[in-house]
Amino acid sequence: MITDLKILKERERQVYLKGEEPFDMKCDVKSTAGSVSQRACVFCGSRVVLYPVADALHLVHGPIGCAAYTWDIRGALSSGPELHRKSFSTDLTEKEVIFGGEKKLYQALNELIEKHSPKAAFVYSTCIVGIIGDDVGAVAKRVAKEKDIPVIPVHSEGFKGTKKDGYQAACTALLKLVGKGDIKGISKTSINILGEFNIGGEAWMITEYYKKMGVEVVSVLTGDSRIENIKKAHGASLNVVQCSGSMLYLAKKMEEEYGIPFIRVSYFGLEDTSKALYDVASIFKDNTDVMEKTKILVKEEVLKIYEDLLFYKKHLTGKRAAIYVGGAFKAFSLIKALKFLGMKTVLVGSQTGNDEDYEILRDMCDDGTVILDDSNPIELSKYIVEKKADLFIGGVKERPIAYKMGIGFCDHNHERKTPLAGFKGMYNFADEVYSTVMSPVWKFCPIRPELYDNPFLKRGIL
Amino acid sequence: MIEDTVVKKDSYTSTTNACKLCTPLGACIAFKGIKGAISLMHGSQGCATYIRRYLISHFKEPIDIASSNFSEDTAIFGGGANLKQAVLNVSNQYKPELIGISTTCLSETIGDDVGLIIKSMATEIDHDYKVVHVSTPSYTGTHESGYRGTLRAIVEQIATEEKSSDRSVNFISAMLSPADMRYFKEILEDFQIRYRFLPDYSETLDGALWDEYKKIPSGGTTIDEIANMSKAIGTIELGYIGSESESVSKLLKEKFNIKDYRVGIPVGVEATDNLLKIISEISGNNVPAKFLNERGRLLDSYVDGHKYVFGKRCVLYGEEDFVVAIACFLSEIGIIPVLCGSGGKSGKLKKVISSRIDGFDEKQIKVMDGVDFSEIEEISKQLKPDFFIGNSKGYSISREMNIPLIRIGFPVHDRFGGSRILHTGYRGTQALFDLIVNTLLKEKQDRSSTGYSYL
Ligand code: SF4
Ligand code: SF4
Repeated sequence: MITDLKILKERERQVYLKGEEPFDMKCDVKSTAGSVSQRACVFCGSRVVLYPVADALHLVHGPIGCAAYTWDIRGALSSGPELHRKSFSTDLTEKEVIFGGEKKLYQALNELIEKHSPKAAFVYSTCIVGIIGDDVGAVAKRVAKEKDIPVIPVHSEGFKGTKKDGYQAACTALLKLVGKGDIKGISKTSINILGEFNIGGEAWMITEYYKKMGVEVVSVLTGDSRIENIKKAHGASLNVVQCSGSMLYLAKKMEEEYGIPFIRVSYFGLEDTSKALYDVASIFKDNTDVMEKTKILVKEEVLKIYEDLLFYKKHLTGKRAAIYVGGAFKAFSLIKALKFLGMKTVLVGSQTGNDEDYEILRDMCDDGTVILDDSNPIELSKYIVEKKADLFIGGVKERPIAYKMGIGFCDHNHERKTPLAGFKGMYNFADEVYSTVMSPVWKFCPIRPELYDNPFLKRGIL
Repeated sequence: MIEDTVVKKDSYTSTTNACKLCTPLGACIAFKGIKGAISLMHGSQGCATYIRRYLISHFKEPIDIASSNFSEDTAIFGGGANLKQAVLNVSNQYKPELIGISTTCLSETIGDDVGLIIKSMATEIDHDYKVVHVSTPSYTGTHESGYRGTLRAIVEQIATEEKSSDRSVNFISAMLSPADMRYFKEILEDFQIRYRFLPDYSETLDGALWDEYKKIPSGGTTIDEIANMSKAIGTIELGYIGSESESVSKLLKEKFNIKDYRVGIPVGVEATDNLLKIISEISGNNVPAKFLNERGRLLDSYVDGHKYVFGKRCVLYGEEDFVVAIACFLSEIGIIPVLCGSGGKSGKLKKVISSRIDGFDEKQIKVMDGVDFSEIEEISKQLKPDFFIGNSKGYSISREMNIPLIRIGFPVHDRFGGSRILHTGYRGTQALFDLIVNTLLKEKQDRSSTGYSYL
């Protein structure tokens, strides 16, 4: 037991302190009833993955909430159409809940396709659809035929699993498109970028790197993507998978069906970004040019920011960070990047990590680091204070926890607007960490009474 | 004149960019106003997490909402066991004084009877916390009706006993900002009347920094206060839209024969006058000088600024009661709310607004309920307003049409300080009036080729 904090009995094995034996984490399980999980649902997972497809209609079949809460919440940019930024819902009412929603779905699809002329439509099933038993597949088929565009059901009923199942449902939907396009003229030195959602323009940056290396990017899944490109994805020679949680399934399926090999990479931090580019280059070793160009690129890019990073490092060295993110893979890169900045990770956790992930995390961390699976606000806030974190890295739901306790915060999920990938992204990251950790406001926070001599407290006025 | 056909919705039309949120979100906000309360949503995880995220983006406070976490089995065999386990876990972890259970579309559709489940629980385990439940399927309402229904359920399930009068007043607030609630309480205090304020999230949703983590933030109406509501001599309830079956004042009247006063959300001079008149009546005290001074300054500014706003046209949207209040205020200063829209569908919006605005017909004010932002956009393009006023969700239209948006209400998540916006009373009206005048002045200044540096 690390602290007196009451951990829900069912959760005892989802919290671990590095150095303790045995290491026996329980993960990959449904959240405990009554726990305030930071997780979302299957639908959320599907929506994350497919959201950036900018010329598709994304129709959420269900009552209004599921669509309303996901309206334009992500920072995925498009260079052209912006249909993905609208929130479409069949907005089921009591009548449809009783008599079925197929008619309304059919009508909604027809109307919206007519109005917006999308290149395809994704229909997300939410919880209620799983209960009232609408045959979404049949409606989709009928509309696809009538309107002559792909209409693809996404089986994302919230209660049928976790966010991970949602990723898989999204990949299954994408697989219905892959293979349908014309792949004439695609270079042998070509890749698909998987698991990159173009948050704040990240996919553009990374695509640019590959261009400079002489590697053709056939399709980005799904950052700033178009239906036409997705259909051609099977023409690439290699799948480069980032954020393995969401897209690994697609990569594996494409390997099975089209014989396209894949590698896993991360574009976060200097070390991982360079490694990613080199890994890709070394796969195209027949084309010796690529490696040469990659070396030049990496050198150039690193030089551009190196001095600035040293400045940040000087100030951040010795500061302590807590990390709580969706997928564990992201945490690996974060730990490394923080280390580069001289910072120490004192807490790390994820919503959806598996056994293997947690073992890697354990090996990466120093003794005394808290490791958490599917945590909740009480645990998180307790440990960040106890572990004296100066910085908390998480998503929107974690931000107020950090701020309420007077701890710096850096947003690292899909809702942020700043690109954190690639070399430039590392600079942005360091800058953001610096601007939160070094702010003078923390001295006024009650958890650090030693930093500010409060005149009212002494006189007993406050 | 705009053709009504543009806005006609048949029952099979879908919704694009909703101008409403789902029912349990309103329940969660209402439960936030009870001291020691924690929300538990009976359904699957996603709804609770989305609602938390949404509320956090506006209030910027930690907001915990537990979920009974449906799985496939639960959906087939019913959620009773999950709900019981959830209640136990929440009570162990949070040590709450009250657990507020709201349902979701899922638990409603499979037909869980939450009342019955709780009852059977009560016989199985002892507990020292209250459990209040409210039925909030989203397919029948909006966050606004969820908010009202929850307040009603809280009072119905806690204020069960008749108690002797202590000459106090009950004040039932509409879904407004923490700043508004602080102001109402200040008014009641200055009138020197004993009051019970429901719900009071002025601190729970807009609090100070902590020195140690609080499972449940401090503040809120105590359970005792709610239980003692039967002691009042009057109940003031804000908002005209709620039906009798949703109304707390009506309930207290029927049960304990407490006089009920339904008043509009006090934005503008007339609406605030009306509220203060009633408080004055109930308390037997005159309006404190402080408020008369505020009123005086407000009227002075109305006169100073009247030309800048007169005849301006705006598109207004939000919760129904909020729209009513803002429409009345705008009319009071000579602005025409050419479109008053809400995603709510009480069926009363047009009636309430038209009865409260002088010259409603000549001004050709369009009132639309059950509306979404794609319809608001379509109509706004024809109406060509001078500005939009409402929550952040109108931003995409305002940007596209290059017409300013004045952000008020909920949610304001693309600006800072949403929970500190004061809309009500003379003081809040003053802030709104200044904001509107300055927005219009800025527009004029920015668009002028000279760029005058004096008014
Ligand atoms: S299922 Fe119902 S309660 Fe849950 S988010 Fe959707 S609309 Fe809201
Ligand atoms: S109803 Fe289901 S799909 Fe929609 S948000 Fe809730 S859990 Fe997710």
